[in-house]
Amino acid sequence: MPTSRSTRIVLLIYGLLTIFLLYLPLVSVGFASVSRARYLSFPITRYSTKWYAEALESGTVRDLLLTSVTVAAIVTVLSVIIAFFGALAFARYNWRYRSTFQKLILLPIFFPQTVLGLALLMWFNALGVIPSWKTAVVAHLVWIAPIATLIVAIRAYSFDPALEEAARDMGANTPTILREITLPLLMPGLVSAGLFAFLLSWGNFPLSLFTTGADSTLPEWLYAKMVSGYSPLVPTLGIMSVVASFVLILTAFAVMWLIKAMRDSKAAQT
Amino acid sequence: MQRLNQKLGFLSALPMLAVFAIALFAPLIVVALFSIMPPKVFSIANTPDFSAYSVFFSQGYYKSLLWSLGMALAATVILLVICWPLAYGMAKVFKSFTLFLTLAVVMSLFVSENIRLFGWVLTLMKGGLIEGHFRAWTSVGFDSPLYGVGIIVFGLVYVYLPFMLFPLAQGIAMVPDDARQAAADLGATRWQIFRQIDVPLAAPGIMVGCLLSFVLAAGAVAEAKILGGQAVITIADDIETAFTFGQDWPLGSALSMTLIGIIGALALFGISRVDLDQVMGRKR
Repeated sequence: MPTSRSTRIVLLIYGLLTIFLLYLPLVSVGFASVSRARYLSFPITRYSTKWYAEALESGTVRDLLLTSVTVAAIVTVLSVIIAFFGALAFARYNWRYRSTFQKLILLPIFFPQTVLGLALLMWFNALGVIPSWKTAVVAHLVWIAPIATLIVAIRAYSFDPALEEAARDMGANTPTILREITLPLLMPGLVSAGLFAFLLSWGNFPLSLFTTGADSTLPEWLYAKMVSGYSPLVPTLGIMSVVASFVLILTAFAVMWLIKAMRDSKAAQT
Repeated sequence: MQRLNQKLGFLSALPMLAVFAIALFAPLIVVALFSIMPPKVFSIANTPDFSAYSVFFSQGYYKSLLWSLGMALAATVILLVICWPLAYGMAKVFKSFTLFLTLAVVMSLFVSENIRLFGWVLTLMKGGLIEGHFRAWTSVGFDSPLYGVGIIVFGLVYVYLPFMLFPLAQGIAMVPDDARQAAADLGATRWQIFRQIDVPLAAPGIMVGCLLSFVLAAGAVAEAKILGGQAVITIADDIETAFTFGQDWPLGSALSMTLIGIIGALALFGISRVDLDQVMGRKR
């Protein structure tokens, strides 16, 4: 059923408006981060980048960034490994408990994160484990590994199992098949899953809040400052964190595009 | 071949299951045990009583629960209405704009919820982006809409939009164009097509979207704290307070169990009705 031109335009404007509203708060944060005044009030009269300079020199900020990056990096690596196998169990192999497993995977996504964080805190306490950034890795993993699994599973659905069967018929054993056939085929899914894992861990707050103990991640610090009164460093660090994520996404896209372009040109030569 | 599939399936599920066992099920059992302990103890080696659950009614915690569920319901209904045209556009109308919209929405997800809500405070507060500029141009100010129930629901709608939009778009994409065309040829009005073709065939997507938005909104804290200025206390906020300032783990656990019970029942009901292979686009 063809859509009329006017409907199409109205929907397009509606879509653009949605994007505008999604990013409007970040515009405010952006303006606030370059306001010179210690107490923010719009319209901004004097602009300055001094809060950025202050943030870059601060030792606290360096520690926060280090903790956030360490947690996110470890969560990414573990999530991608778990998701690779998890996605095969989710989408590829026909085993008896497959549909139960599929439903189980969704459980942590539905779970209120605050409650999950507190439950983990009690559990670590019962075990006698002192919370630190390492326990935060475990907390992030329960929530992020299932999401990564779903992303890889979408890719796993679209590949033809005949490829694996052909390799098996020609005498390849399971590890060889996984390495030579399955891994390359799932690679794009694994890259996006890794990207998601890193960014979700980087931005996560509710799980970190209760599980990092004496360590603190960037979102935690921002929240503490937000509720205890305004600090000019909050918008500054907020924007720095957002810019860091977006740069990461753009870099990932650029690298994937480059690899594709190189492969295409190689294919054209032969 | 089938036996190999069984073995490989189980083995590849194992890492995920191990994480669940040590970091999801074990903590849940601890919460369940703590919830039946006497008040203000910090170990599960006490004689169980169910006093923490009775506090739920006697001290008015059910009010927070009702607020949370009510606001989550309002947010879900609003989300369904505002996301439907957009999801329809993504699935059937837009071409390359769908990719752009998807990327824009997904990228906003990677920005910590705190920062985005804080951005709304800066936008809407007195002397904020909107009121400040408005007053500078017209020299008339107006009251900030912050710190009330309405703005909390707005915050929920804002934060959980992607969780409604994407499942909905996926659901609408599952409606075959032929079916809509056939209905139109047989003289069905737009409303009839919507009621009798779109809604039933997109039902799995609608279900997943509503379920996700409702459940996530019911367990939300940050919107009420940052935008609402605690005009309303949500149940998740009560849980947090019981654990932190209240130092009453059994109470916090009992409140958690109540919330988990409600959310779990809804989630299980919804998930058991959806064929994930179909929603996620299995080819075979």
